[in-house]
Amino acid sequence: MLAPRVVERPTEQLTEIAASPPNVRVDVEDPAVEARTVSISYGAKTAIREVSLRIPRRRVTAIIGPSGCGKSTLLRAINRMNDTIPSCRTIGQLLVDGQDVYGPRVDPVLLRRKVGLIFQKPNPFPKSVFDNVAFPVKLHFTAEPGELREVVEAALRQANLWDEVKDRLTEGALSLSGGQQQRLCIARALAVEPDMLLMDEPCSALDPVATAKIEDLIFELKKDVTIVIVTHNMQQAARVADLTAFLYLGRLIEYGPTRDLFETPGEDLTENYITGRFG
Amino acid sequence: MKPRSRRRRKYTEWMFGALFIASIVIALGTLAYLLGTIVSEASPALRPSILTNWASRDPSRAGYAAAIVGTIWIVGLTMLFSLPLGIAAGIYLQEYAPPNRFTRLLQAGVTNLAGVPSVVFGLLGLAFFSRALGLGFSVLAAALTLTVLVFPYVVATTQEAVRAVPQSIREGALALGATKWQSIFRQVLPAGAPGLLTASILAASRAMGETAPLIVLSSVVFMTFLPGGLDSPFVVLPVQIYGYIGLPQEEFRHVAAAGSVILVGLLLSFNSVAIFFRNRMQRRRW
Repeated sequence: MLAPRVVERPTEQLTEIAASPPNVRVDVEDPAVEARTVSISYGAKTAIREVSLRIPRRRVTAIIGPSGCGKSTLLRAINRMNDTIPSCRTIGQLLVDGQDVYGPRVDPVLLRRKVGLIFQKPNPFPKSVFDNVAFPVKLHFTAEPGELREVVEAALRQANLWDEVKDRLTEGALSLSGGQQQRLCIARALAVEPDMLLMDEPCSALDPVATAKIEDLIFELKKDVTIVIVTHNMQQAARVADLTAFLYLGRLIEYGPTRDLFETPGEDLTENYITGRFG
Repeated sequence: MKPRSRRRRKYTEWMFGALFIASIVIALGTLAYLLGTIVSEASPALRPSILTNWASRDPSRAGYAAAIVGTIWIVGLTMLFSLPLGIAAGIYLQEYAPPNRFTRLLQAGVTNLAGVPSVVFGLLGLAFFSRALGLGFSVLAAALTLTVLVFPYVVATTQEAVRAVPQSIREGALALGATKWQSIFRQVLPAGAPGLLTASILAASRAMGETAPLIVLSSVVFMTFLPGGLDSPFVVLPVQIYGYIGLPQEEFRHVAAAGSVILVGLLLSFNSVAIFFRNRMQRRRW
C-alpha cells in the first residue's frame, strides 16, 4: 500500500507564513469582489486570517487549498451566508461592487439575490422542477403566470437543462439525476439574474459526465456573471478558472492567472500542494 | 483472537428477530382482542337509531346524538385553537428561540406540561375558563381546556417535524434571498407538512378520548338537545359513556359498549383522512 506523504506543520512554518505577504501575481482593475484584510473566526477558532484579494468581473476565479484551509468560509462570507452560523465573526472589509457587505446598511437578503450560492450537495426543494425555479422569482417579484413561465424557461435554458426537463416541469425535482439537480440549483440561482455565482465544490457529489456538463456551463456563464468556485479538484481549477487563489491554513499564499500558478508556482507551498505532496 | 462462533451469531440473530415479531404480535393482538370484545358486547345495542336517539334512562331508547355532535364541536374547536397556537410555538422554539437559559426553561415547561395528569387540566378549566372568565359549563370552556391539554403535544410534534427538514433546504432558500420567515413558511413548513399532520392526528385523538377534564366541566350528561353554539352546554362521547355505565340496568352495558364503538369509529375516520393526506405528501421526499 502506498503510504500517504504527510507534511508536518511545525509552528516555525506557521510563523513563516504569517511573516510573508501573499504572492499576488495579478492586478485586477474594478473588481467584483474585494477583500481587505478579512479575518473570519468561529468562536476561538480562526478560519481566515487577514486575506486581501481582488476578484475580477465576468471571469472564473477558483479558490483551492487543502481541507480546512477556509475556502468555503471565505466563499460564504461574500454573500453573508456565514450569518447563519451564530458563532461566526467577520472583521475587515469585504466589498462587493465597492460596497462593504458587512456594513451597517446592507440587507443580506438583497445581497444574496445579486450573489447566488451553489452548494456542494445539490439541494433542490422537495417540489416540482418548475416550482424550484419559480421560487426565487416569486420571492423578489410579483409575476403574472405567463411572465413566470418565461423566466423559468429562460433560466432553465441558461443552465443547459431545458431540453432535459421541458416535459417534466411538474415532476418532483428529486426525481432528477444528481447532475440535473445541480444544474437545476444553478438555474434557480440564475432566475433572479444575479451578478455573481459562488460555487462551493459544486461537482464533488457528481460523476465525471455530470461534472463535465457543469464545467461547460460555467464556461458559458462567465460571459454574463462573475463566478467564484471553491474546488478540491486541481484539474477542475486548471480547466475552468481564469484566476486561482491558493489558501493554506486560512491565509492567502498565492494568487494569479491559473496557468502561471500551475506551471510556475511562485511559492514552495503552492508547488507542494499542486504537485500533490500534501492535501 | 478466537473467531466468534457462527452458529451462535445466527442463533442471536434469530432470537432477536423472533423477539421483535413477538412484541408486535402481543401489542396488536391485545388491541384486536379489545376491539373484538367491545364490538361483541355492543352488538345488541348497535342499531342505526343509537346514532340519532337522545340520551335516555330507558336503555332501548338511549342514544348518542348529543354526544356525537358535542364531540365534533369540541374537537373541531380544539383543533382550531391548538393547531395554530402549537405550530407557531413549535416553530418559535425550533427556529427562532436563541439558545439560552430562558429557551431551555420554556422547553422544559412545554415538556412537563405534557406530563400533567389530565384531571388537573379539568380543574384548571373549571377554575379559570368556567369561573374566572365566566364561560360556565360551555362548549367554549371545554374546547379551551382541551386546547391547553393538547398544546404541548402539538408543540413537540411540530418541533420534531421542523427539525427533520434538512438544513440544506433552509440554506438553499436563504441563499436565494429569502428572508428567514420566507424560508420557513414557503420551504420548511411545506417540507415538514406530513409531520404537522401527525401533530393534528395526535391532538385530535387525545382531545377526542379525554374523559376526566370534561367530566369536571360538563353540567348535563343526559342532554336532549344538540349543542347550538359556543355558550351551549355540552356532552361528549366519553362522558356520555361514563354516564351510561353508572346506570343500574344491565342493558346499559351494551349501550356503553356501542358508544365506545362510535368513539373508535369517529377517531379512525378522522385519522384516516389525515393519514391519507400525509401519505400523499410523503411521496415527495428529499
